[in-house]
Amino acid sequence: MILVFVEPGDLSLEALTLARRLGRLVEAVAFGEAPTGLGAYGVSRVHLVQLDEYAPGAWSRSIVGLVESLAPDAVLAAGSDRGQEVLAHAAVWLDAPMAANCVAAEPGDPWLVTRQRWGGSLLEEARLHGPVRLLTVAPHGVVAEPAAESAAATVVPVTPELDEADFVVKVGRREEPAAGTVQLGDARVVVGGGRGVGSAEGFAVLEELAGLLGGAVGGSRVVTNLGWRPHSDQIGQTGARIAPELYIACGVSGAIQHMVGCKGAKRILAINKDPQAPIVTRADYAVIGDLAEILPAVVAELKGR
Amino acid sequence: MEILVCVKRVPETGARITLTADEREIDTSYLGFTISPHEECAVEEALRLVEAHGGSTTVLTLGPAAAAEQLRNALAMGIGSGILLETDGEEFDPAATAVAIVDAVRDRGFDLFLFGNEAADSGDYQVPVRVAAALGLPCVTGIKGIAVDGGRAVARREASGGWEVFDVPLPAVISVKEGINLPRFPSLPGRLRAKKADLETSTPARQAPGLEKVRLVVPTEEPSAVQILGNGPDAAPRVVEVLRELGVVS
Repeated sequence: MILVFVEPGDLSLEALTLARRLGRLVEAVAFGEAPTGLGAYGVSRVHLVQLDEYAPGAWSRSIVGLVESLAPDAVLAAGSDRGQEVLAHAAVWLDAPMAANCVAAEPGDPWLVTRQRWGGSLLEEARLHGPVRLLTVAPHGVVAEPAAESAAATVVPVTPELDEADFVVKVGRREEPAAGTVQLGDARVVVGGGRGVGSAEGFAVLEELAGLLGGAVGGSRVVTNLGWRPHSDQIGQTGARIAPELYIACGVSGAIQHMVGCKGAKRILAINKDPQAPIVTRADYAVIGDLAEILPAVVAELKGR
Repeated sequence: MEILVCVKRVPETGARITLTADEREIDTSYLGFTISPHEECAVEEALRLVEAHGGSTTVLTLGPAAAAEQLRNALAMGIGSGILLETDGEEFDPAATAVAIVDAVRDRGFDLFLFGNEAADSGDYQVPVRVAAALGLPCVTGIKGIAVDGGRAVARREASGGWEVFDVPLPAVISVKEGINLPRFPSLPGRLRAKKADLETSTPARQAPGLEKVRLVVPTEEPSAVQILGNGPDAAPRVVEVLRELGVVS
Protein backbone atom coordinates (compact mmCIF):
# COMPACT_ATOMS: atom_id res chain seq x y z
CA MET A 1 0.00 0.00 0.00
CA ILE A 2 1.09 3.55 -0.73
CA LEU A 3 0.06 6.25 1.75
CA VAL A 4 -0.27 9.78 0.32
CA PHE A 5 -0.37 12.93 2.46
CA VAL A 6 -3.12 14.97 0.78
CA GLU A 7 -3.54 18.74 1.05
CA PRO A 8 -6.12 20.92 -0.71
CA GLY A 9 -5.10 21.75 -4.30
CA ASP A 10 -3.86 20.18 -7.53
CA LEU A 11 -0.37 19.26 -6.35
CA SER A 12 -1.76 16.45 -4.20
CA LEU A 13 -3.64 15.07 -7.24
CA GLU A 14 -0.27 14.89 -9.03
CA ALA A 15 1.14 12.97 -6.05
CA LEU A 16 -1.84 10.57 -6.15
CA THR A 17 -1.26 10.03 -9.89
CA LEU A 18 2.37 9.03 -9.31
CA ALA A 19 1.31 6.84 -6.36
CA ARG A 20 -1.17 4.94 -8.53
CA ARG A 21 1.58 4.11 -11.07
CA LEU A 22 3.40 2.08 -8.41
CA GLY A 23 0.95 -0.80 -8.79
CA ARG A 24 -0.26 -0.95 -5.20
CA LEU A 25 -3.34 0.12 -3.23
CA VAL A 26 -3.44 3.85 -2.60
CA GLU A 27 -4.68 5.33 0.67
CA ALA A 28 -4.61 8.96 1.78
CA VAL A 29 -4.00 10.82 5.00
CA ALA A 30 -5.54 14.27 5.40
CA PHE A 31 -5.94 16.81 8.20
CA GLY A 32 -8.97 18.81 9.32
CA GLU A 33 -11.77 18.71 6.75
CA ALA A 34 -12.30 15.55 4.71
CA PRO A 35 -11.09 16.08 1.11
CA THR A 36 -13.60 15.20 -1.61
CA GLY A 37 -13.10 13.58 -5.00
CA LEU A 38 -10.15 11.39 -4.01
CA GLY A 39 -11.97 8.22 -5.09
CA ALA A 40 -11.66 9.45 -8.67
CA TYR A 41 -7.88 9.37 -8.18
CA GLY A 42 -7.87 5.77 -7.00
CA VAL A 43 -7.91 6.33 -3.23
CA SER A 44 -9.70 3.53 -1.35
CA ARG A 45 -9.47 4.95 2.18
CA VAL A 46 -8.86 8.40 3.63
CA HIS A 47 -7.38 8.49 7.12
CA LEU A 48 -8.67 11.76 8.47
CA VAL A 49 -6.65 13.17 11.37
CA GLN A 50 -8.63 15.35 13.73
CA LEU A 51 -6.23 18.32 13.75
CA ASP A 52 -7.04 21.64 12.08
CA GLU A 53 -4.18 23.87 13.06
CA TYR A 54 -0.96 23.34 11.10
CA ALA A 55 1.88 22.09 13.31
CA PRO A 56 4.62 20.22 11.37
CA GLY A 57 5.64 18.12 14.39
CA ALA A 58 2.10 17.01 15.20
CA TRP A 59 1.19 16.34 11.57
CA SER A 60 4.33 14.32 10.88
CA ARG A 61 3.89 12.26 14.07
CA SER A 62 0.32 11.52 13.05
CA ILE A 63 1.62 10.18 9.73
CA VAL A 64 4.33 8.19 11.53
CA GLY A 65 1.59 6.62 13.69
CA LEU A 66 -0.22 5.50 10.52
CA VAL A 67 3.03 4.14 9.05
CA GLU A 68 3.45 2.03 12.19
CA SER A 69 -0.11 0.68 12.16
CA LEU A 70 -0.64 0.30 8.37
CA ALA A 71 2.94 -0.56 7.28
CA PRO A 72 2.77 1.10 3.82
CA ASP A 73 5.59 0.46 1.32
CA ALA A 74 5.96 4.19 0.80
CA VAL A 75 4.64 7.57 1.87
CA LEU A 76 4.23 10.23 -0.82
CA ALA A 77 3.48 13.93 -0.48
CA ALA A 78 3.24 16.89 -2.83
CA GLY A 79 6.42 18.94 -3.17
CA SER A 80 4.68 21.89 -1.48
CA ASP A 81 6.07 23.83 1.51
CA ARG A 82 4.04 21.65 3.87
CA GLY A 83 4.61 18.42 1.95
CA GLN A 84 8.40 18.80 2.04
CA GLU A 85 8.39 19.91 5.68
CA VAL A 86 6.03 17.26 7.06
CA LEU A 87 7.75 14.43 5.18
CA ALA A 88 11.20 15.62 6.31
CA HIS A 89 10.03 15.46 9.93
CA ALA A 90 8.54 12.00 9.31
CA ALA A 91 11.90 10.92 7.83
CA VAL A 92 13.57 11.83 11.12
CA TRP A 93 11.03 9.87 13.20
CA LEU A 94 11.26 6.85 10.89
CA ASP A 95 15.05 7.08 10.55
CA ALA A 96 14.61 6.87 6.79
CA PRO A 97 16.01 8.74 3.80
CA MET A 98 13.70 11.00 1.80
CA ALA A 99 13.78 11.79 -1.92
CA ALA A 100 12.42 15.25 -2.72
CA ASN A 101 10.73 16.29 -5.98
CA CYS A 102 10.42 12.91 -7.68
CA VAL A 103 8.87 12.57 -11.15
CA ALA A 104 9.02 8.76 -11.38
CA ALA A 105 9.63 5.78 -9.11
CA GLU A 106 10.04 2.03 -9.45
CA PRO A 107 9.48 -0.19 -6.41
CA GLY A 108 12.15 -2.80 -5.68
CA ASP A 109 15.01 -3.29 -3.29
CA PRO A 110 16.13 -0.57 -3.29
CA TRP A 111 13.57 1.62 -5.02
CA LEU A 112 14.74 3.52 -8.09
CA VAL A 113 13.60 7.13 -8.25
CA THR A 114 14.00 9.92 -10.77
CA ARG A 115 14.03 13.31 -9.08
CA GLN A 116 14.47 16.92 -10.06
CA ARG A 117 17.55 18.96 -9.33
CA TRP A 118 17.98 22.63 -10.20
CA GLY A 119 14.22 23.13 -10.17
CA GLY A 120 13.82 20.52 -12.90
CA SER A 121 16.59 21.65 -15.29
CA LEU A 122 18.44 18.50 -14.35
CA LEU A 123 17.21 15.03 -13.36
CA GLU A 124 18.88 12.60 -10.97
CA GLU A 125 18.39 8.84 -11.04
CA ALA A 126 18.92 7.49 -7.55
CA ARG A 127 18.53 4.42 -5.36
CA LEU A 128 16.28 5.01 -2.38
CA HIS A 129 16.93 2.72 0.57
CA GLY A 130 15.21 2.61 3.95
CA PRO A 131 12.61 0.75 5.96
CA VAL A 132 9.82 2.75 4.31
CA ARG A 133 10.29 4.87 1.19
CA LEU A 134 9.55 8.59 1.55
CA LEU A 135 9.07 10.66 -1.61
CA THR A 136 7.76 14.09 -2.43
CA VAL A 137 6.46 14.67 -5.95
CA ALA A 138 7.82 17.59 -8.00
CA PRO A 139 5.18 20.33 -8.46
CA HIS A 140 3.93 20.08 -12.08
CA GLY A 141 6.50 17.31 -12.68
CA VAL A 142 3.68 14.79 -13.12
CA VAL A 143 0.40 15.49 -14.94
CA ALA A 144 -2.61 14.75 -12.68
CA GLU A 145 -4.84 12.07 -14.24
CA PRO A 146 -7.95 10.50 -12.70
CA ALA A 147 -7.99 6.71 -12.35
CA ALA A 148 -9.64 4.57 -15.05
CA GLU A 149 -12.16 3.38 -12.50
CA SER A 150 -13.50 5.71 -9.86
CA ALA A 151 -14.73 4.47 -6.49
CA ALA A 152 -15.95 6.12 -3.32
CA ALA A 153 -13.20 6.47 -0.71
CA THR A 154 -14.15 5.54 2.84
CA VAL A 155 -13.19 8.06 5.50
CA VAL A 156 -11.57 6.67 8.65
CA PRO A 157 -11.25 9.16 11.53
CA VAL A 158 -7.87 9.07 13.31
CA THR A 159 -7.06 10.49 16.72
CA PRO A 160 -3.28 10.55 17.00
CA GLU A 161 -1.36 10.18 20.24
CA LEU A 162 0.57 13.40 20.64
CA ASP A 163 2.15 15.44 23.37
CA GLU A 164 2.87 19.12 23.96
CA ALA A 165 6.30 18.95 22.34
CA ASP A 166 4.63 18.21 18.99
CA PHE A 167 2.99 21.64 19.08
CA VAL A 168 6.01 23.83 19.94
CA VAL A 169 6.05 24.89 16.27
CA LYS A 170 2.59 25.81 15.01
CA VAL A 171 0.87 28.51 12.99
CA GLY A 172 0.11 31.13 15.64
CA ARG A 173 -1.87 33.35 13.29
CA ARG A 174 -2.59 33.96 9.62
CA GLU A 175 -2.47 37.21 7.71
CA GLU A 176 -4.71 37.23 4.63
CA PRO A 177 -3.60 38.92 1.39
CA ALA A 178 -4.99 42.36 0.51
CA ALA A 179 -8.22 42.00 -1.49
CA GLY A 180 -8.03 42.49 -5.26
CA THR A 181 -4.30 41.84 -5.76
CA VAL A 182 -3.52 39.71 -8.82
CA GLN A 183 -1.10 36.98 -7.70
CA LEU A 184 1.65 36.31 -10.25
CA GLY A 185 0.98 32.59 -9.93
CA ASP A 186 -2.71 33.05 -10.89
CA ALA A 187 -2.39 35.70 -13.64
CA ARG A 188 -3.70 34.85 -17.15
CA VAL A 189 -1.11 37.11 -18.76
CA VAL A 190 2.28 37.94 -17.29
CA VAL A 191 4.55 40.66 -18.67
CA GLY A 192 8.06 39.98 -17.39
CA GLY A 193 11.18 42.13 -17.60
CA GLY A 194 14.87 41.29 -17.43
CA ARG A 195 18.12 43.20 -17.43
CA GLY A 196 17.24 44.51 -20.89
CA VAL A 197 14.56 46.76 -19.35
CA GLY A 198 17.46 48.90 -18.13
CA SER A 199 16.03 50.52 -15.00
CA ALA A 200 13.16 50.54 -12.49
CA GLU A 201 11.59 53.36 -14.54
CA GLY A 202 11.81 51.21 -17.65
CA PHE A 203 9.06 48.99 -16.18
CA ALA A 204 6.42 51.74 -16.66
CA VAL A 205 5.65 50.55 -20.20
CA LEU A 206 5.51 46.90 -19.02
CA GLU A 207 2.99 48.01 -16.36
CA GLU A 208 0.96 49.78 -19.02
CA LEU A 209 0.92 46.72 -21.30
CA ALA A 210 -0.01 44.42 -18.39
CA GLY A 211 -2.80 46.84 -17.45
CA LEU A 212 -4.24 46.73 -20.98
CA LEU A 213 -4.16 42.91 -20.96
CA GLY A 214 -5.47 42.51 -17.39
CA GLY A 215 -2.22 40.82 -16.41
CA ALA A 216 0.53 41.05 -13.82
CA VAL A 217 4.12 42.28 -14.06
CA GLY A 218 7.07 40.12 -13.03
CA GLY A 219 10.83 40.15 -13.40
CA SER A 220 13.93 38.00 -13.54
CA ARG A 221 16.23 37.46 -10.57
CA VAL A 222 18.64 40.08 -11.93
CA VAL A 223 15.86 42.63 -11.80
CA THR A 224 14.84 41.88 -8.20
CA ASN A 225 18.47 41.71 -7.06
CA LEU A 226 19.10 45.13 -8.60
CA GLY A 227 16.09 46.42 -6.66
CA TRP A 228 14.20 47.48 -9.83
CA ARG A 229 11.27 45.33 -8.66
CA PRO A 230 10.35 43.84 -5.26
CA HIS A 231 11.29 40.18 -4.73
CA SER A 232 7.60 39.23 -4.70
CA ASP A 233 7.64 39.96 -8.47
CA GLN A 234 10.43 37.48 -9.17
CA ILE A 235 9.71 34.68 -11.66
CA GLY A 236 12.15 31.78 -11.21
CA GLN A 237 13.61 28.99 -9.15
CA THR A 238 13.86 31.26 -6.09
CA GLY A 239 10.66 33.18 -6.84
CA ALA A 240 7.19 32.58 -8.26
CA ARG A 241 6.27 29.72 -10.62
CA ILE A 242 3.84 31.13 -13.17
CA ALA A 243 1.36 29.29 -15.41
CA PRO A 244 -0.37 31.97 -17.56
CA GLU A 245 -1.95 31.60 -21.01
CA LEU A 246 0.75 33.96 -22.28
CA TYR A 247 4.07 35.08 -20.85
CA ILE A 248 5.58 38.13 -22.56
CA ALA A 249 9.30 38.08 -21.69
CA CYS A 250 10.92 41.47 -22.33
CA GLY A 251 14.72 41.78 -22.27
CA VAL A 252 15.02 38.46 -20.40
CA SER A 253 17.97 36.27 -21.46
CA GLY A 254 16.43 32.97 -20.35
CA ALA A 255 18.82 31.61 -17.72
CA ILE A 256 17.89 28.27 -16.15
CA GLN A 257 16.94 30.02 -12.91
CA HIS A 258 14.29 31.98 -14.83
CA MET A 259 13.06 29.24 -17.19
CA VAL A 260 12.24 27.02 -14.19
CA GLY A 261 9.75 29.69 -13.10
CA CYS A 262 8.00 30.17 -16.45
CA LYS A 263 7.93 26.66 -17.91
CA GLY A 264 4.27 26.40 -16.81
CA ALA A 265 3.33 29.17 -19.30
CA LYS A 266 1.18 27.89 -22.20
CA ARG A 267 2.81 30.32 -24.68
CA ILE A 268 5.87 32.54 -24.50
CA LEU A 269 6.39 35.70 -26.53
CA ALA A 270 9.99 36.91 -26.28
CA ILE A 271 10.99 40.47 -27.05
CA ASN A 272 14.76 40.61 -27.25
CA LYS A 273 17.63 42.30 -29.05
CA ASP A 274 19.52 39.03 -29.41
CA PRO A 275 17.94 36.43 -31.74
CA GLN A 276 20.29 33.82 -30.23
CA ALA A 277 19.17 34.45 -26.60
CA PRO A 278 18.03 31.20 -24.91
CA ILE A 279 14.60 32.73 -24.21
CA VAL A 280 14.08 33.25 -27.97
CA THR A 281 14.82 29.64 -28.91
CA ARG A 282 12.49 28.45 -26.12
CA ALA A 283 9.67 30.86 -27.01
CA ASP A 284 6.68 30.30 -29.29
CA TYR A 285 6.83 33.82 -30.73
CA ALA A 286 9.56 36.43 -30.80
CA VAL A 287 10.09 40.01 -31.84
CA ILE A 288 13.73 40.98 -32.36
CA GLY A 289 14.76 44.49 -31.42
CA ASP A 290 14.81 47.16 -28.72
CA LEU A 291 11.98 46.66 -26.24
CA ALA A 292 12.00 50.39 -25.44
CA GLU A 293 10.77 50.96 -29.02
CA ILE A 294 8.67 47.82 -29.49
CA LEU A 295 6.57 47.94 -26.29
CA PRO A 296 5.31 51.53 -26.77
CA ALA A 297 4.38 50.60 -30.36
CA VAL A 298 2.41 47.56 -29.12
CA VAL A 299 0.69 49.68 -26.45
CA ALA A 300 -0.21 52.33 -29.08
CA GLU A 301 -1.53 49.64 -31.42
CA LEU A 302 -3.69 48.18 -28.63
CA LYS A 303 -5.04 51.62 -27.66
CA GLY A 304 -5.70 52.55 -31.26
CA ARG A 305 -8.02 49.62 -31.81
CA MET B 1 23.00 36.31 20.17
CA GLU B 2 25.25 33.72 18.57
CA ILE B 3 24.22 32.81 15.04
CA LEU B 4 25.44 30.00 12.78
CA VAL B 5 24.70 30.18 9.03
CA CYS B 6 25.09 27.11 6.83
CA VAL B 7 25.79 27.69 3.13
CA LYS B 8 26.53 25.59 0.06
CA ARG B 9 28.87 26.17 -2.87
CA VAL B 10 26.99 25.75 -6.16
CA PRO B 11 27.97 26.46 -9.77
CA GLU B 12 26.53 29.44 -11.65
CA THR B 13 24.82 27.46 -14.37
CA GLY B 14 23.79 30.11 -16.92
CA ALA B 15 21.46 28.87 -19.67
CA ARG B 16 22.53 25.26 -20.30
CA ILE B 17 23.85 22.42 -18.16
CA THR B 18 26.61 20.09 -19.41
CA LEU B 19 27.55 16.92 -17.54
CA THR B 20 30.92 15.27 -16.94
CA ALA B 21 31.70 12.11 -18.96
CA ASP B 22 30.65 9.78 -16.09
CA GLU B 23 27.30 11.64 -15.82
CA ARG B 24 27.67 12.05 -12.06
CA GLU B 25 28.39 15.77 -11.87
CA ILE B 26 27.84 19.01 -13.74
CA ASP B 27 30.86 19.91 -15.88
CA THR B 28 32.03 23.03 -14.09
CA SER B 29 35.25 23.56 -16.12
CA TYR B 30 33.93 26.86 -17.48
CA LEU B 31 31.66 27.88 -14.62
CA GLY B 32 32.05 30.20 -11.66
CA PHE B 33 30.67 29.33 -8.22
CA THR B 34 28.44 31.13 -5.78
CA ILE B 35 26.64 30.70 -2.47
CA SER B 36 23.25 29.07 -3.16
CA PRO B 37 20.72 31.98 -3.37
CA HIS B 38 18.49 31.28 -0.36
CA GLU B 39 21.62 30.87 1.76
CA GLU B 40 23.10 34.17 0.66
CA CYS B 41 19.95 35.69 2.18
CA ALA B 42 20.53 33.65 5.36
CA VAL B 43 24.00 35.27 5.59
CA GLU B 44 22.48 38.73 5.20
CA GLU B 45 19.77 37.96 7.78
CA ALA B 46 22.41 36.83 10.31
CA LEU B 47 24.30 40.10 9.81
CA ARG B 48 21.15 42.20 10.26
CA LEU B 49 20.06 40.33 13.41
CA VAL B 50 23.47 40.77 15.03
CA GLU B 51 23.60 44.45 14.01
CA ALA B 52 20.24 44.92 15.77
CA HIS B 53 20.73 42.69 18.82
CA GLY B 54 24.52 42.25 19.21
CA GLY B 55 26.36 38.93 19.21
CA SER B 56 28.49 36.94 16.80
CA THR B 57 28.11 35.24 13.43
CA THR B 58 29.74 32.08 12.09
CA VAL B 59 29.42 30.59 8.61
CA LEU B 60 29.76 26.86 7.93
CA THR B 61 29.93 24.85 4.73
CA LEU B 62 30.30 21.19 3.85
CA GLY B 63 32.12 20.81 0.57
CA PRO B 64 35.45 20.47 -1.25
CA ALA B 65 38.49 22.56 -0.26
CA ALA B 66 37.46 25.07 -2.95
CA ALA B 67 34.30 25.84 -0.93
CA ALA B 68 36.57 28.03 1.22
CA GLU B 69 35.83 30.62 -1.49
CA GLN B 70 32.16 30.76 -0.42
CA LEU B 71 33.12 31.00 3.28
CA ARG B 72 35.40 33.92 2.42
CA ASN B 73 32.57 35.54 0.42
CA ALA B 74 30.41 35.39 3.56
CA LEU B 75 33.27 36.74 5.69
CA ALA B 76 33.70 39.60 3.20
CA MET B 77 30.02 40.46 3.72
CA GLY B 78 30.74 40.74 7.46
CA ILE B 79 30.39 37.27 9.00
CA GLY B 80 32.82 36.81 11.94
CA SER B 81 34.33 33.37 11.42
CA GLY B 82 34.21 30.35 9.11
CA ILE B 83 34.08 26.56 9.48
CA LEU B 84 34.94 24.28 6.54
CA LEU B 85 33.81 20.65 6.73
CA GLU B 86 36.04 19.43 3.95
CA THR B 87 34.98 16.57 1.68
CA ASP B 88 36.84 14.79 -1.12
CA GLY B 89 34.25 16.19 -3.54
CA GLU B 90 31.92 13.17 -3.32
CA GLU B 91 28.40 14.37 -2.47
CA PHE B 92 26.97 13.76 1.01
CA ASP B 93 23.29 12.78 0.93
CA PRO B 94 20.95 14.96 3.05
CA ALA B 95 21.04 12.70 6.13
CA ALA B 96 24.85 12.48 6.00
CA THR B 97 25.08 16.26 5.55
CA ALA B 98 22.97 16.78 8.67
CA VAL B 99 25.09 14.34 10.72
CA ALA B 100 28.31 16.12 9.68
CA ILE B 101 26.88 19.54 10.56
CA VAL B 102 25.48 18.39 13.91
CA ASP B 103 28.82 16.80 14.92
CA ALA B 104 30.58 20.08 14.15
CA VAL B 105 28.22 22.50 15.91
CA ARG B 106 26.78 20.63 18.89
CA ASP B 107 27.43 22.30 22.28
CA ARG B 108 28.84 25.51 20.82
CA GLY B 109 26.11 27.67 22.34
CA PHE B 110 24.48 28.94 19.14
CA ASP B 111 21.07 30.63 19.67
CA LEU B 112 20.02 30.53 16.05
CA PHE B 113 20.89 28.22 13.17
CA LEU B 114 20.08 29.74 9.78
CA PHE B 115 19.84 27.72 6.56
CA GLY B 116 18.50 28.26 3.06
CA ASN B 117 15.17 26.52 2.43
CA GLU B 118 16.75 24.24 -0.16
CA ALA B 119 20.08 24.19 -1.98
CA ALA B 120 19.87 25.36 -5.61
CA ASP B 121 21.62 22.24 -6.92
CA SER B 122 20.43 19.15 -5.02
CA GLY B 123 17.12 20.61 -3.76
CA ASP B 124 16.69 18.10 -0.92
CA TYR B 125 14.42 20.20 1.35
CA GLN B 126 15.33 18.40 4.58
CA VAL B 127 18.77 19.21 6.01
CA PRO B 128 17.49 21.97 8.39
CA VAL B 129 14.75 19.66 9.73
CA ARG B 130 17.26 16.84 10.30
CA VAL B 131 19.75 19.12 12.04
CA ALA B 132 17.04 20.57 14.30
CA ALA B 133 15.78 17.12 15.27
CA ALA B 134 19.28 15.89 16.12
CA LEU B 135 19.88 18.96 18.28
CA GLY B 136 16.41 18.72 19.86
CA LEU B 137 15.46 22.19 18.62
CA PRO B 138 12.32 23.62 17.02
CA CYS B 139 12.50 24.20 13.25
CA VAL B 140 10.58 26.43 10.87
CA THR B 141 11.21 26.35 7.11
CA GLY B 142 10.55 28.56 4.09
CA ILE B 143 10.71 31.79 6.12
CA LYS B 144 10.59 35.29 4.59
CA GLY B 145 10.61 37.43 7.75
CA ILE B 146 12.30 37.06 11.17
CA ALA B 147 11.88 39.25 14.28
CA VAL B 148 13.76 38.29 17.44
CA ASP B 149 12.53 39.44 20.83
CA GLY B 150 13.23 38.22 24.38
CA GLY B 151 14.46 34.72 23.61
CA ARG B 152 11.84 34.04 20.94
CA ALA B 153 11.71 34.39 17.17
CA VAL B 154 8.62 35.34 15.20
CA ALA B 155 8.98 33.88 11.71
CA ARG B 156 6.70 34.53 8.72
CA ARG B 157 6.04 32.19 5.84
CA GLU B 158 4.15 33.04 2.65
CA ALA B 159 1.03 30.91 2.18
CA SER B 160 -1.48 31.41 -0.66
CA GLY B 161 -0.67 35.09 -1.01
CA GLY B 162 -0.97 35.73 2.75
CA TRP B 163 1.28 34.81 5.66
CA GLU B 164 1.51 32.09 8.28
CA VAL B 165 3.19 33.35 11.44
CA PHE B 166 5.18 31.05 13.74
CA ASP B 167 6.44 32.06 17.20
CA VAL B 168 9.24 29.77 18.42
CA PRO B 169 11.55 29.74 21.44
CA LEU B 170 15.32 30.09 20.88
CA PRO B 171 17.57 28.31 20.27
CA ALA B 172 15.93 27.33 17.01
CA VAL B 173 16.65 26.32 13.42
CA ILE B 174 15.16 28.55 10.72
CA SER B 175 15.44 28.06 6.96
CA VAL B 176 14.85 31.15 4.83
CA LYS B 177 13.87 31.90 1.25
CA GLU B 178 15.23 34.55 -1.08
CA GLY B 179 13.18 37.71 -0.72
CA ILE B 180 13.57 37.90 3.07
CA ASN B 181 16.14 40.63 2.34
CA LEU B 182 18.43 41.94 -0.38
CA PRO B 183 21.98 40.76 0.44
CA ARG B 184 24.65 43.44 0.66
CA PHE B 185 27.79 43.52 -1.47
CA PRO B 186 31.08 42.76 0.27
CA SER B 187 33.05 45.87 1.28
CA LEU B 188 36.69 46.35 0.30
CA PRO B 189 37.93 46.13 3.94
CA GLY B 190 35.68 43.09 4.29
CA ARG B 191 37.37 41.41 1.33
CA LEU B 192 40.83 42.14 2.70
CA ARG B 193 39.92 40.74 6.12
CA ALA B 194 38.28 37.67 4.55
CA LYS B 195 41.34 36.94 2.45
CA LYS B 196 43.56 36.66 5.53
CA ALA B 197 41.06 35.01 7.92
CA ASP B 198 41.84 31.58 9.35
CA LEU B 199 39.19 28.97 8.64
CA GLU B 200 38.51 26.19 11.11
CA THR B 201 38.78 23.01 9.03
CA SER B 202 37.91 19.39 9.70
CA THR B 203 37.18 16.35 7.53
CA PRO B 204 33.94 14.60 8.53
CA ALA B 205 33.36 10.91 7.74
CA ARG B 206 30.73 10.32 5.07
CA GLN B 207 27.88 8.12 6.28
CA ALA B 208 26.62 5.64 3.64
CA PRO B 209 23.88 7.31 1.55
CA GLY B 210 20.24 6.26 1.96
CA LEU B 211 19.49 8.36 -1.12
CA GLU B 212 22.18 7.15 -3.47
CA LYS B 213 22.87 9.06 -6.67
CA VAL B 214 23.29 6.79 -9.71
CA ARG B 215 23.58 9.35 -12.49
CA LEU B 216 22.39 12.72 -13.72
CA VAL B 217 20.36 13.28 -16.87
CA VAL B 218 19.81 16.54 -18.77
CA PRO B 219 16.14 16.49 -19.82
CA THR B 220 15.73 16.46 -23.59
CA GLU B 221 14.64 19.80 -24.95
CA GLU B 222 12.03 20.17 -27.66
CA PRO B 223 13.56 21.61 -30.84
CA SER B 224 12.94 25.33 -31.15
CA ALA B 225 9.72 26.14 -32.97
CA VAL B 226 9.86 29.89 -32.49
CA GLN B 227 7.91 32.02 -34.91
CA ILE B 228 9.62 35.38 -35.47
CA LEU B 229 6.89 38.01 -35.67
CA GLY B 230 9.19 40.74 -36.95
CA ASN B 231 11.92 43.20 -36.14
CA GLY B 232 11.53 46.41 -34.13
CA PRO B 233 8.39 48.50 -33.60
CA ASP B 234 7.04 47.64 -37.07
CA ALA B 235 6.12 44.23 -35.65
CA ALA B 236 3.49 45.81 -33.32
CA PRO B 237 0.42 45.12 -35.53
CA ARG B 238 1.47 41.47 -35.92
CA VAL B 239 1.97 41.18 -32.12
CA VAL B 240 -1.54 42.49 -31.50
CA GLU B 241 -2.92 39.99 -34.06
CA VAL B 242 -1.26 37.16 -32.11
CA LEU B 243 -2.63 38.50 -28.82
CA ARG B 244 -6.09 38.37 -30.40
CA GLU B 245 -5.55 34.82 -31.72
CA LEU B 246 -4.54 33.71 -28.24
CA GLY B 247 -7.66 35.30 -26.78
CA VAL B 248 -5.80 37.52 -24.33
CA VAL B 249 -7.18 40.71 -25.91
CA SER B 250 -10.68 41.21 -27.27
